[in-house]
Amino acid sequence: MKRRDFMKSTIIAIAGASVPLSALEFIDPKEVLAANPEIHWAFLINTYTCVGCGFCVKACKTENDVPFEANVSRTWVERYVYTKDDRRYIDSPQAALYGFTESKIDLGARLGFKEIDPDNVGKAFFVPKLCNHCAAPSCTQVCPVGATYKTDDGVVLVDRSWCIGCGYCIMACPFGARYFHPVHHVADKCTFCYHRITKGLETACVNACPFGARKMCNIRDINDPITKIILNDRVGVLKDEFGTKPQAFYIGLASEVR
Amino acid sequence: MKSHVWRPLFVVLGLVAGILLFRAYYVPGTFGSGEYGFMYSYHNKENLEYWKNQPVRYRDTGKQKMHEYCGECHAEEVEVRTEDMHGIIACENCHGPALKHPDEPHMLFVDRGRDVCLRCHTQLPYTTSERKRIPGIDSNEHNPGLACVDCHNPHNPRLEDM
Amino acid sequence: MVEQVMTVHGELWTVKELFVLPNEYVYWSIQIVMYPFMTGLVAGAFVLSSLYHVFGVKQLKEIARFSLVFSFALLPVAMMPLLLHLAQPFRGFHVLMTPHFTSAISAFGIVFMAYACIVASELWFEYRKHFVLTTQGLAARSARSGFDTLRMHFFKILTLGAMDISEEAVAKDHKAVKKLAMLGIPVACFLHGYAGFIFGSVKANALWMTPLMPVIFICSAVVSGIALCIVCYVVTMEIRKFMAKRKISRWAADKTAPTVTELNSAQQQEIGIVSNYLLYFMIAALTLEILDLIFRGYTQVKSWDILREVIMERDFTKIFIMQYAIGNALPFLMMVLPGRTVRRTTIAACLVIFGVFMMRWNVVIGGQAFSLSFAGFMHYHLPILPTTWETFREGLAGALTVMATPFVIFWFLNKIFPAFLEERKIEKA
Repeated sequence: MKRRDFMKSTIIAIAGASVPLSALEFIDPKEVLAANPEIHWAFLINTYTCVGCGFCVKACKTENDVPFEANVSRTWVERYVYTKDDRRYIDSPQAALYGFTESKIDLGARLGFKEIDPDNVGKAFFVPKLCNHCAAPSCTQVCPVGATYKTDDGVVLVDRSWCIGCGYCIMACPFGARYFHPVHHVADKCTFCYHRITKGLETACVNACPFGARKMCNIRDINDPITKIILNDRVGVLKDEFGTKPQAFYIGLASEVR
Repeated sequence: MKSHVWRPLFVVLGLVAGILLFRAYYVPGTFGSGEYGFMYSYHNKENLEYWKNQPVRYRDTGKQKMHEYCGECHAEEVEVRTEDMHGIIACENCHGPALKHPDEPHMLFVDRGRDVCLRCHTQLPYTTSERKRIPGIDSNEHNPGLACVDCHNPHNPRLEDM
Repeated sequence: MVEQVMTVHGELWTVKELFVLPNEYVYWSIQIVMYPFMTGLVAGAFVLSSLYHVFGVKQLKEIARFSLVFSFALLPVAMMPLLLHLAQPFRGFHVLMTPHFTSAISAFGIVFMAYACIVASELWFEYRKHFVLTTQGLAARSARSGFDTLRMHFFKILTLGAMDISEEAVAKDHKAVKKLAMLGIPVACFLHGYAGFIFGSVKANALWMTPLMPVIFICSAVVSGIALCIVCYVVTMEIRKFMAKRKISRWAADKTAPTVTELNSAQQQEIGIVSNYLLYFMIAALTLEILDLIFRGYTQVKSWDILREVIMERDFTKIFIMQYAIGNALPFLMMVLPGRTVRRTTIAACLVIFGVFMMRWNVVIGGQAFSLSFAGFMHYHLPILPTTWETFREGLAGALTVMATPFVIFWFLNKIFPAFLEERKIEKA
């Protein structure tokens, strides 16, 4: 999404919304969304406020029926620890379903866990991740049967009754947001809690985050405070070099976060 | 042009016609492209309903709307809770999703385990993250084996009030 | 923390090292290695047969028929690994129902079917006379067994009612074969080139994404197809020579059957010319592969650090020893050094097939050996024992099944389309 496009739609939205603007506040969000076809869902993640509690992952798995014991997740939290002697450690044990209750870094099955001397820790932070619901998603482009698609309001979904399970979309996603669902045996991914946002509710992860590290908004609604942050603040996206135009914006990205 | 040379072609044409016929019967008419064009949004439009109709399990709306759903019945509790430090935590994070509560599950399963608290209160030496503002413990040293709620009140975690 | 009771697809054979994203596994495993390998053999075998039909390379007369039948036998097998790989194999035909043409895979259904139709039609023209003769021969018999009656009707259906075998009609057949072979070459190349496109167009994968991929795939496909035809041809010829020596089956009764010396000279000639073609295509394939590697090393874009570690260190043995040294350099030398014999060529061809298989492996598995985060690695462990359906279809057993199937199909097809028909006609004359 280009800044210019924002401005364009912004101007249109202002012109259109200027009259009933005050009235909108009293209307049920459901009706607002139904009356306003100009919806494009976007996500805002603040890596400064995330503490890695993993409540978002737990809520997501519960809300969306992704088995806890399955080592895949629609959303996950990564921990980045840089030591003072410039070594970088990243992990996300069990997708941070149970948070980070160990100071040891999970280096995978081969190398086990590594304890880092607390005095040697330089910067360390947490990065929540989820499907970016790209504006030009490579995953939907490569689906051979039209089983995954972008909805008109900007959410990327999978048709569980039509997916053949070839895994091409999983391969095509630069963010590792997709996986095979262990029960349904089709590609699965974050839906932005489509059943919730279409009812005026926040996504389960946004709802569960105690620190406000995850926020959601309709990026076409310039009065939305989150939209304002995305429009006015310096936000970044992951892996913009792939040209997929991610719609999950980040505050406080580091170059190692990929 | 009567020549045997065309016979395989007729077989192929028959095959194609068969496939097309089956396709007409099998593929739902709701298949089509959405606003993002054929490349990004070719799909069966009925599938949208499937995702819209998933059950909403978490009913609480978090701090932003002052625990709206829970407050309908537990207004007093919610009012007190939102005042203290743990008021930023959605009720359902510990009390479990309120789907069909209070109708079917009269009581929600409350997670009282140590692991819930340790999600935030594990001592991690990360001074550059928000973690620095949260008091942390080493789980192996700090009363191992005991539940946190045996001593601490999760709804009022102030150590002075213990 | 929680007992592992539910394994996710891919978890069984993936071992993660350092930081790998939670959802990342080696999702495309052995069957996706088999898929381009098998389609490569199909395309290659067909191109070899077309050399005779289209370009009139007369010396290839005998092997041309053989490779055409073999290419047809390989056809269903090119589809098999894909079906075994699908998480929902019974929905595989959705590719034909709602093809989403912006996906490289969606073309599979249509290109594959088109190609199958071309090869089948070509075979039909090639063997129509044989069908008619067989039907007439069986019909002329006064006493037929039930099986023979069945055979007669079967062959009658195969003729599609075109019973005319006048010289004029047969000439038309030959013309049609030539035209189909001409049409078939681009389609065969497309069939395989797009298999390369499937990988080359995955922008998320640093190793796969290169426009050279389709061309590399076509060249190595032709290489593997020709090599396999050499091996199979030699094996069948050896069996025939053995039978000729011992006077088994045909050779017992038929005096006009080719003698061992005749078979030997035919074999010598065919293999000599075919192995030259093999060499040309090998040079092309190798050049492109090395070019790709050099280009990556020279440009050193963001992904190079992790690619270098995978290519130069972790997969060094698989890439430089097994693929390039054993699979390319050694057979190349064996074929260019003077005093080339059939035996040496055959061994070289076997090594070439192995080399192409390793190339597919290094592309498919190697492309998933590193994390999208560029901060971790994945190790693939091929499931050996087929204890479950999952470990069968995505394991060694599934791969071996795929590999063995074309030979089984060929055995059956050979009953309908005898691959060595040409000589029998001579006998009859």
